[in-house]
Amino acid sequence: MEEKNTMLLTEDKKRLDGRELNELRPIKIEAGVLKQADGSASLIWGKNKILAAVYGPREAHPRHLQDPTKALVRCRYNMASFSVSERKRPGPDRRSIEISKVLSEALESVILTHQFPRTAIDIFVEVLEAEAGTRCAALTAASVALADAGIPMTDLIAACAAGKIDGEIALDLTKIEDNQGEADLPLAIVPRTKEIVLLQMDGNFTPQEFKKARDMAVEACMKIYQLQRNALKERYFAGGGIDE
Amino acid sequence: MNDDIIFEIKKDFMEKLVKQGKRIDNRELDEFRPIKVEINPVSVAEGSAKVSIGDTTVLVGIKADVGTPYPDRPEDGVLITNAELIPMASPDFEAGPPDQNAIELARVVDRGVRESGMLNTKALCLTPNEKVFLLFADIHVLDYCGNLFDASSLATVLALKNAVISSDRFEELEEDFPIETVETPVSVTFVKIADVILVDPSLEEEKVAQARLTVTTDSQGNIRAMQKGFKGRFTVKEIDEIVEQAIKKGNEIRRQFLS
Repeated sequence: MEEKNTMLLTEDKKRLDGRELNELRPIKIEAGVLKQADGSASLIWGKNKILAAVYGPREAHPRHLQDPTKALVRCRYNMASFSVSERKRPGPDRRSIEISKVLSEALESVILTHQFPRTAIDIFVEVLEAEAGTRCAALTAASVALADAGIPMTDLIAACAAGKIDGEIALDLTKIEDNQGEADLPLAIVPRTKEIVLLQMDGNFTPQEFKKARDMAVEACMKIYQLQRNALKERYFAGGGIDE
Repeated sequence: MNDDIIFEIKKDFMEKLVKQGKRIDNRELDEFRPIKVEINPVSVAEGSAKVSIGDTTVLVGIKADVGTPYPDRPEDGVLITNAELIPMASPDFEAGPPDQNAIELARVVDRGVRESGMLNTKALCLTPNEKVFLLFADIHVLDYCGNLFDASSLATVLALKNAVISSDRFEELEEDFPIETVETPVSVTFVKIADVILVDPSLEEEKVAQARLTVTTDSQGNIRAMQKGFKGRFTVKEIDEIVEQAIKKGNEIRRQFLS
């Protein structure tokens, strides 16, 4: 944990960017933004800018990876070299490889993979600008892109993090809050059942604090779910006038 | 293909068993396999530990080097954790650079050590901004029979606790320097099979599991790191049950091997 040198909360519990403890950053989702991809989505979440593209189901290569019983779900999370203040060396680093793995697993939990044996469903997520919370943003965008590609799924996945700053549980941490705060809990759910499909945590929570943060994140996921659905409706029911 | 059929039959059998509260190796749902530890089996390393959980065996060695600190942490020593899933340990492991499983393993172990504040990293500083000790924790999996996370985490914590940087190797030191530790993180891993939660999965159990969750707790009963794995889902209730168990099991392991 880093040395503290800034207060993260004002006296009336407002955050540095003026948000309340349980307030999300502004989120904007758009489905179907790329021509070549079978499905795509763009997402702006605070200062995070994420693009997700889906290809497939298509023949899996290399062939020895093919599974005769189901589709492979492969998510590649990649950060652009210019997405962070200090230039990031291009290509996968250990952090991106780990995130790609947990995102793939989370997405596979909702995709009906048995309908597409021997194929691969590739999900490419590019982080164009990063300001903390990119794995949740990536997962939120990826699931909209999958729906846009018409991949059969049991539900979307909505993701959001909660953490602890200056001893208080807070939603959707920014970079400075993440760096100087005491804990971070990225979490993703299947909104219809509220089952958890991604869960990571670092820092220091008592069991009570953990429960509070978890509940706060789950509640926020339900709001994000509405934004995801709206983005898809906007795309497929032009004008937004037609319901469902 | 034959293997697939046998796997399916075995999976059905294991799922039936856990629904009755039983496991294929006769353990209770909340029972670890026997844990064995050996401290400093590698004398040339600064510290080392070999840990077996059942048939899973992991060897962790700590080596020190002198290097420059990170610019944003000018007075802190640096811990670098790496894991190698060597082909000797499993027919499924291949030689080559670390794959995503090895990277996830190393990062989850590292997170537990780092986030718990286990190491007094300030004590590893030689000259602020210029020279600090770099500690390399290298996880070598020797025999993979399930639950690498807990075996690797326990071995890393034990190796660090018992590590001494020798003044013979480093002219910067006047006398031998035992690495200072102030906390003992313990990771406990659970899987869900047929909607039943069990601790310390064997290899067979990992292969049929829907979902996995690792919870690292500290000596105060606080949660310091978590990692969910596999493609399945957990309900909120299941996670609460797991956290409670992780604190309890973590304390048992801490009392037995780390005090």
